[in-house]
Amino acid sequence: MQIKGDKWIPILFITPSIVAVGIFVYGFISWTSFISFTKWNNVIPDYTLVGFENYRKLFANMRFQIDLHNTFVFTIIFVTSCLLIGLLLAVLIDQRIKGEDIFRNLFLLPMAVSFIVSGVIWRWLFNPGSLQLGNIGVNQLFEKIGLNFLTCGWYTDPNIGIRAVAIAAIWQFSGYTMALYLAGLRGIPLELREAAAIDGANQWKTFYYITLPFLKPITFGAIIILGHISLKIFDLVVAMTGSGPAFSSDVPALFMYDTTFRGNHFAQGASIAIILLLLVSLLIIPYLITTFRKEA
Amino acid sequence: MKISVTRLLIYIILAIFSIFYIIPMYIMVVTGMKSFAEISLDTMWNLPISFNFNSFSLAWLGSTKEGFRGVSGSFLNSVFLVIPATVISALFGSLNGYVLTKWRFRGSDLIFTMILFGMFIPYQSIIIPLVLTLQRLHVYGTIPGLILVHVIYGIPISTLIFRNYYVTVPTEMVEASKIDGANFLGIYRWVIFPLSTPGFAVAMIWQFTSIWNDFLFGLIITPNPASQPITVALNNLAGSYIVQWNIQIAGALLTALPPILVYLFLGKFFLRGLLQGSLKG
Repeated sequence: MQIKGDKWIPILFITPSIVAVGIFVYGFISWTSFISFTKWNNVIPDYTLVGFENYRKLFANMRFQIDLHNTFVFTIIFVTSCLLIGLLLAVLIDQRIKGEDIFRNLFLLPMAVSFIVSGVIWRWLFNPGSLQLGNIGVNQLFEKIGLNFLTCGWYTDPNIGIRAVAIAAIWQFSGYTMALYLAGLRGIPLELREAAAIDGANQWKTFYYITLPFLKPITFGAIIILGHISLKIFDLVVAMTGSGPAFSSDVPALFMYDTTFRGNHFAQGASIAIILLLLVSLLIIPYLITTFRKEA
Repeated sequence: MKISVTRLLIYIILAIFSIFYIIPMYIMVVTGMKSFAEISLDTMWNLPISFNFNSFSLAWLGSTKEGFRGVSGSFLNSVFLVIPATVISALFGSLNGYVLTKWRFRGSDLIFTMILFGMFIPYQSIIIPLVLTLQRLHVYGTIPGLILVHVIYGIPISTLIFRNYYVTVPTEMVEASKIDGANFLGIYRWVIFPLSTPGFAVAMIWQFTSIWNDFLFGLIITPNPASQPITVALNNLAGSYIVQWNIQIAGALLTALPPILVYLFLGKFFLRGLLQGSLKG
């Protein structure tokens, strides 16, 4: 039942949000795309169109090539580690253990703090020390417990670079996947597991044939969320390492910031932002469409 | 009581992971407590000999002698930023969620999906036009400008949270009120709003944490130290070569404190917001 005339009032109330998102999200994205096709690579705006010139330059740029590679390495390490650690911790916590709350809260706590905070701390933890100082931070810890072979230069070593940042990111987000998986595990009907046990399936078989398939949609959702976080990663890199030696911990978002706001190459910066948006969209749009279809 | 080998193994693995999660927090607390005489990078793992809060007070107040700013001013900026931004975006989210669940219209699902996209975009893709627009509106470099930005880009997540919450409120209640002659606002005021406390708790805690922790908007929109939020101030403190590392770490703890307190006292709602960000409907 709908009262006539009331039909337009709800639409009126949601209109400000639609207009705001329309302008600040979709309008601004179009505006940035336009800028990326112009010659505005100086302090003074110059809207002469140059076609794909900024994109051509971008992909020819060594720093951008390194950035794409770093993003790929970071995403693989970060997403798979978060999924595996999260699943392991969730399964262990689900075993009706003592102190469940303490473990769960501890693993989730890093989620609450800013990337800048964790970046500052991990920068000092992964500080490799020097000849005068000897080993400090994590290296010193390894030395003390006899794991000397694990000591390394961390983010000061170009061969490690972004991988050190990934460890800090895993510290922050693996608790999140744990929480997701734990919610999923608690959602599996008990009868299902009991039925499997009655049918003679052992724990591993139950896990493989009942639990894992049940957790599939959660894994899918987590990959989307973590994946888009790693494509956008910026704060953590800024606070922890910066671009690093030979750009070994540089990422597109940081390159965009440097290009645009330190170098005043606005059109070039806009082109990086658009590539970044396209990468995120490849991940997010199919996800949004499938969710939307399910509900319609 | 007998503990089986598997049980023991479970606890051992959990304990090992606990060390990984505790280490940064341990360093943060222990370093902050040490006196300057004890501060040395090669003894960073040692417990402090006595309690001393000098690192915190220097990180908070800064030092004119050594020439660096403390985070106190920025801490207050963040407070003045986060409170209005959180409240306003929760109100928007609540109204939107109400419309999108109880007053659905043709195309409302599509509109919801399009709004939702806004929470995933890399903000780099809107930041140049955003700066130009804020300059035109004369709010660039100001806290009100930053509030505006956080309210607008907070619409997607707060709408999502309230929509997911209002789906659980029986539509029959709304229908019954409609038959009784209540209108759109009346139903919101007398039926929906009184039931909304959990929705507001989740949305506000989520927004509080993410606005407090935001760095990118603060960095680009408020370049002047007088209106910078705390994350930007911490990054400046930590990036300065004249600031000793114990002061940087004390600054990190001060920055982390409000969200950690929220998490410790209202963790249940924090978790709910977290799960809703990915598990829809």
